[in-house]
Amino acid sequence: MKKIICESCGHENPEGTVLCGACGKPIENNQHIDGNQSGKLLNMRYEGSARRSQTHNKSIIDKIWNFFSSVKVGVTLIVITLIASAVGTIFPQEMYIPPNVNPAQHYADQYGILGKIYYQLGFHNLYSSWWYMILIAMIGTSIIIASLDRVVPLYKALKMQKPKRHTSFLQRQRLFSKTESVSKEDMETVAAKLKSQRYKLTEEDGHILAEKGRFSRWGPYVNHIGLIVFLLGALLRFVPFLYIDDYVWVREGDTVVVPETDQQYYVKNEEFIIETYDEQDKRYQAAIKKQGGSVPSNYQTDAVIYKASNASVAGEDPELEVVKEGSIQVNKPIKFDGFALYQSSYQLDEFKTMTFKIHETEDEEEEALTSFTVDLTNPEYEYELDNGFRVVIDQYFPEYYLDDGSPASKSKYPRNPAFVFFVYPPNEDSPEVSFAGIGRNVDATGENDYKVGLQNFEVRDVTGLTVKKDYTLPFIALGGLIFMIGVIQGMYWQHRRVWIHPSESGVWLAAHTNKNWYGIKRDIEKAIDGTEVKMVQDQQELDE
Amino acid sequence: MGDLTTISSNLLYLAFILYLIATFVFAGTIRDKRTDSGDSKLGKVAITITIIGFLTQIGYFITRWIASSHAPVSNLFEFTTFFGMMLVFAFIIIYFIYRLNLLGVFTLPVALLIIAYASMFPREISPLIPSLKSHWLYIHVTTAATGEAILAVSFAAGLIYLIKKVDQTKRSKRTTWLEIVLFSIVSTLGFVVVSSIFSGLNYSAEFQFPVEGQEITAEYQLPALAGPNGGELLTGDAMQPWFEAPGWMQGENAARKFNTLLWSIVTGAVLYLLARLILRKRIAAAIQPLLRKTNADLVDEISYRAVAIGFPVFTLGALIFAMIWAQQAWDRFWGWDPKEVWALITWFFYAAFLHLRLSRGWHGEKSAWLAVGGFAIIMFNLIAVNLIIAGLHSYA
Repeated sequence: MKKIICESCGHENPEGTVLCGACGKPIENNQHIDGNQSGKLLNMRYEGSARRSQTHNKSIIDKIWNFFSSVKVGVTLIVITLIASAVGTIFPQEMYIPPNVNPAQHYADQYGILGKIYYQLGFHNLYSSWWYMILIAMIGTSIIIASLDRVVPLYKALKMQKPKRHTSFLQRQRLFSKTESVSKEDMETVAAKLKSQRYKLTEEDGHILAEKGRFSRWGPYVNHIGLIVFLLGALLRFVPFLYIDDYVWVREGDTVVVPETDQQYYVKNEEFIIETYDEQDKRYQAAIKKQGGSVPSNYQTDAVIYKASNASVAGEDPELEVVKEGSIQVNKPIKFDGFALYQSSYQLDEFKTMTFKIHETEDEEEEALTSFTVDLTNPEYEYELDNGFRVVIDQYFPEYYLDDGSPASKSKYPRNPAFVFFVYPPNEDSPEVSFAGIGRNVDATGENDYKVGLQNFEVRDVTGLTVKKDYTLPFIALGGLIFMIGVIQGMYWQHRRVWIHPSESGVWLAAHTNKNWYGIKRDIEKAIDGTEVKMVQDQQELDE
Repeated sequence: MGDLTTISSNLLYLAFILYLIATFVFAGTIRDKRTDSGDSKLGKVAITITIIGFLTQIGYFITRWIASSHAPVSNLFEFTTFFGMMLVFAFIIIYFIYRLNLLGVFTLPVALLIIAYASMFPREISPLIPSLKSHWLYIHVTTAATGEAILAVSFAAGLIYLIKKVDQTKRSKRTTWLEIVLFSIVSTLGFVVVSSIFSGLNYSAEFQFPVEGQEITAEYQLPALAGPNGGELLTGDAMQPWFEAPGWMQGENAARKFNTLLWSIVTGAVLYLLARLILRKRIAAAIQPLLRKTNADLVDEISYRAVAIGFPVFTLGALIFAMIWAQQAWDRFWGWDPKEVWALITWFFYAAFLHLRLSRGWHGEKSAWLAVGGFAIIMFNLIAVNLIIAGLHSYA
C-alpha cells in the first residue's frame, strides 16, 4: 500500500489520509475527501484519518463496503424502517385481532377497502415480513461496516497524535486565538489550570496538548456493539432449544403435563381466583363508578409444579414429586428449571359435569324415572340405567352453535355443551332420539314417549398459562447493557483538546471538542483567567 | 383520604400558577437591555419561582401517591401531568448549564399547555388493573417521561432558533411550516379553552349509535359538530350535529374524539386568526425582533445538548425498562404493540437526528427542524396512539 510522508514532520501516513496523523498538516490532493476548502475551518471528523471507504472503490467488495459504511445510507435505512414501522400501526397487527376470525374477512369488514389493501399487502404481519427483516438486517450490516470503517483509523490517529501541531492545523480549528506576547509563567499557569480541570497534558518542545475524555470517542462504537449483540440475541430465538413459547389450559383440580418439557413437568391448578376492587373503597369509588363498576385487581392461579420421577412408560402413570407450590399472578410468573409459567388468560365457569334425567313426555311434574351424569371433559358413551333404561351419546357438541341450521361445535371446550342422545326405553331395541343442552331439549320426531332434561350441573374455572423458556434473554440484556454504557459514554462525556503552541514571544491557542463547545469554552475561560493569554474565538460564529 | 386528594389538586393548581408567573418574569428579561444570561436579577427571580413551582408540583405528586397508594402515573391525566413536571425539571437542569432566560419563555408555556391539557382528562384516582401492578410501572413510566421531557427541551430551543433564523421578509415554505407549528400550539390552547368553557357550563349530549351491531350510548362534553355515524341524539336541548363522522371511525369513542379534534382546530384557527389580525404579520415574524440579541449558536447547541442528554434516558426508560416489564407482565419483552412501535419510531428518529448531526453536519436550521419533528412524534405517541390506536397502552 502506498504511504504518504508528511512534508512537515516526516510522519508516514497511509494512503487516503486527509490530515497528517502526527502534526495535523492538511495533506494536499486529499482535501476533497472531507470537503476541506483552503482558508476555511478543517473538517475534524475522524481526525482526517484514512478510511477504507474513502480510499478504495474498485472491486465489488469495495463497492459493498462503501455502500454500507455511508452514514447517508444508514440514515436512509433508519428512515425507511421508521416509516414502515409506523405503517404497521395504522390497523392492528394480526396477533391483535380476535382469534377464530378469518383475517381477510376481518380486515375488509372492519376497515373497509383500506383494510383489504392493508391485508393484501401483508401489512397485517408487517414486523415479521421478509422485507422488514431484511431492513433490520441491512441496518445491522450498516452498523458493523460503518463502525469498522471509522473506528480503526480513528484509533490509530488518536494514538499517533503529537502535541506539536502544524500551524495551518491550529489556525483552522474552530476555537483559536493568537497572543503576541506572553510571559513564560502565564503559559505555565494556563497549562496548570487545564491540568487542575483534569486535562491530561503531554509536551513536546514546549508545545502542549491538553486532552480529556478521549474514551468518549469510543462511545458510538461501544453502543453499536451493544446493538449487534441485541440483534444476534433476537436471532437466537430461531434456535429451537433456546426459545420455547407454548400455552396450556388447566382446569381447576386437574394436573396436566407442561408442554415442551418432554413429559417431565406437570402443573396442577388448585384454584383460579379473580379479585375485584371494593366498589365502596373511598379512594377509587369515583373511578370505578365511571368505568361501570367491577375493576379487576388480581388474576391468580394457585398452582403446584410436579416433576415426573420415573421415566414415563407408556400406559403407566408417572410418579409425581412436588417441585414448587405457589401462586401465579400477572406480573409474577412461577419459575422452575428455566421454564416460566405466566398467568395470561382464563375461562370462568366451564361446565364440568351435567346430570340429565329421563321423564315421561306426558308428565307435567317431570318426575325423574332415572338419571345419569356425563363427565363433560371425558364422557362415557353408554349408560346402563336403573329401571332398565339405556342411553347412548350419539353426538356431543362441547361448544354448541347452529351452523346454517345444523348443530356444530365451536371448540372442544365444554362452554355450552349439547348432546344428541339415543334413549333406549326398557326392553326396546330401537332408540328414541333426543337433543338436549342448556335450556334446550328437543324431540326431533315429536313422537318420543320419554324426554331427557337437564337436572343439574357442576362448573369450574380454567386458567390459561403461557409456557416460556427463553435462554436468549441474557444476550438481549447484555446487548441492552452494552448499548447503554456506550451511549452514555459517548453522550455524557466529550473529547476535549486544547493545543498550546508557543510562537516567538507569544502563544497560539487552539481547541477542539467533538461536542459541547460551550463546555470547552468555559474550561478555557477558567484556564486563561488572570493571564495575558487571549480567549479563543469561535471562528464558526465569525463565519456567519 | 378525601382531604389529601384535595390538597393534592390544590398543589397542582398552585404549581400551574407559579409556572405562569415565572413565564411572565422570564419574558420580562427579554426587555432587559444588558445581557441575555442568568446574571440578571429578573432571571434569578424567574428561575426561583420556577423551582418553587416545581417543588409544589412534587408536593402534588407525593400527596397523590399517598392518597392513591400507587405512583400517580397510571392514567392519561397523571402521566401527562408528570410529563409536564419533568419538562420543567429538564428545563431547570438545562437552565443551570446555559443560563439562558429565553429558554424559559418557550419551555414553560409548553409545560403549562401540557399540564392544562392533562387536566382535561378524567382526574379521579383510578385503581390499578393487574397488569399495571408492578414496581416497573413507576420505573418505566417515570424514566420514559423524563427522557421525553428532556427531548422536549430540544424542541423549545429548536423553535427559538427557527423563529430567530427563518427569513420573514418574504413568504416561503419555511415560514409556512413555522406557522403550522405555532398553529398546533395555539390549537392545544384552543382545546383547553373550549373544554374548560363547556365543562364549566356542564354541557352534555348523549348519543345512541350502533357499534359492531350493538346499540351503545356515548356522552359528548362538547356540542357535536360531528355526531357518531348513524347516531341519534338523546338529550333534548342539545345541539344537533352538523354532520356525521365517517363510517370507518370505529369504536365507541372515535366520533367523540374526532369531534374534540375538530373543536380544537376550529378554536385554534379563531385564536390564530385573531392574533394575525392584531399583529398584522406572521406570528413568528412578530416574535422575531424580540430574539435579536439571542446567540443562535448557543440555542442550537442547547437543542442538540438536550437530545444528547435525553436520548440515553429515553432509551433506558421507554425501551429497556419497558422491555424488562413487558417480559414480566406479558411474557414477551417486545410485542409490536402500537405504543411500543411508536417508542421505537421515536428512538429511530432521534438516532437519525444524531447521525445526521454528527456525521453529516446537519447543524443550525436543519437540526432545529428535526428537533421540532421529534417532538411532534413524541406528542403523537403520547396523545394520538392512546386516543386513536387501540392497544395494550390505551388505558385512557
